[in-house]
Amino acid sequence: MGLESHLGDNILTTTVNTMVNWARKSALWPMPFGLACCAIEMMAAVAPRFDLARFGAEVFRFSPRQSDLMIVAGTLTYKMASVARKIYDQMPEPKWVIAMGACAISGGVFNTYSVVQGLDQVIPVDVYLPGCPPRPEALIHAIMEIQKKIEKESVRHG
Amino acid sequence: MDNESLATLIKNRFPDAFVDFSIFLNELTLVVKRESISEIAGFLKENEDLEFNFLSDLCGVDRVESNGVFEVVYHLYSLSKNHRVRLKVYIPSNEPRVSTVTHVWKTANWHEREAYDMFGIQFDGHPDLRKILMPDEFKGHPLRKDYPIDGRQPATLREIYRKDEA
Repeated sequence: MGLESHLGDNILTTTVNTMVNWARKSALWPMPFGLACCAIEMMAAVAPRFDLARFGAEVFRFSPRQSDLMIVAGTLTYKMASVARKIYDQMPEPKWVIAMGACAISGGVFNTYSVVQGLDQVIPVDVYLPGCPPRPEALIHAIMEIQKKIEKESVRHG
Repeated sequence: MDNESLATLIKNRFPDAFVDFSIFLNELTLVVKRESISEIAGFLKENEDLEFNFLSDLCGVDRVESNGVFEVVYHLYSLSKNHRVRLKVYIPSNEPRVSTVTHVWKTANWHEREAYDMFGIQFDGHPDLRKILMPDEFKGHPLRKDYPIDGRQPATLREIYRKDEA
């Protein structure tokens, strides 16, 4: 590139989008919303064996106001649905959501009176992560998919 | 105290209230009349040879289709004597009510609320008989066999949006 050849070895040019998206995707702060056995796999993903820190997403915050990635792990009941919605609303923009496990995606085996048949009936979902429960590697893969999605976003249009 | 002598003791002490008993896998089940449950519960707890001081579970069973009744089942354990008994009462489905045992075991409070929520069984004398598991807006009693298993009430979801978008 013509410009960079004049700036020397220590200066790079880029776009605001690339810079901001790189920062956002490299330091996701998950809000763990553990509802069932999927949450155990989510905890394992953060523990040393799988080490989610390698992907910059290990800082689990139990306050939605400090988080930008909501991981809904488990069976969502109607009684809990309002809580999930409230937590989501309390998270600052920009924010992303992973529906982790068969129950969060579709209700799973629980075609019953008390279970919401899919998290997306209550809040918008970015990545659907199947499994019953999904292994920690699968959760890491879902987070990588979120990172890919963030890369393509525009700062101006959210 | 062994199962047979416990059954005999209750039968002699409450001849009018005693309905039936059975022993299966060394577990004693006593069936008593619903009018006497409060009195018998008090006796089982206070009698110094029995001392059933722990109500480990209380639940409802829907036997409407086969017998026209709901059952209320009480699982008792004595922490001091290390023995157990299961008590049952049958209550007619057209009038599902039975007296509370909260004055005998305080823990019955939430158990009875659950049986009320799931089966619609009224516990007379309960200090605070409200739903405990289902959302407040939920209509009906979902563990009754005549309640459809996928009987979701999406009105509750609309409530969520209304509450949070207000």
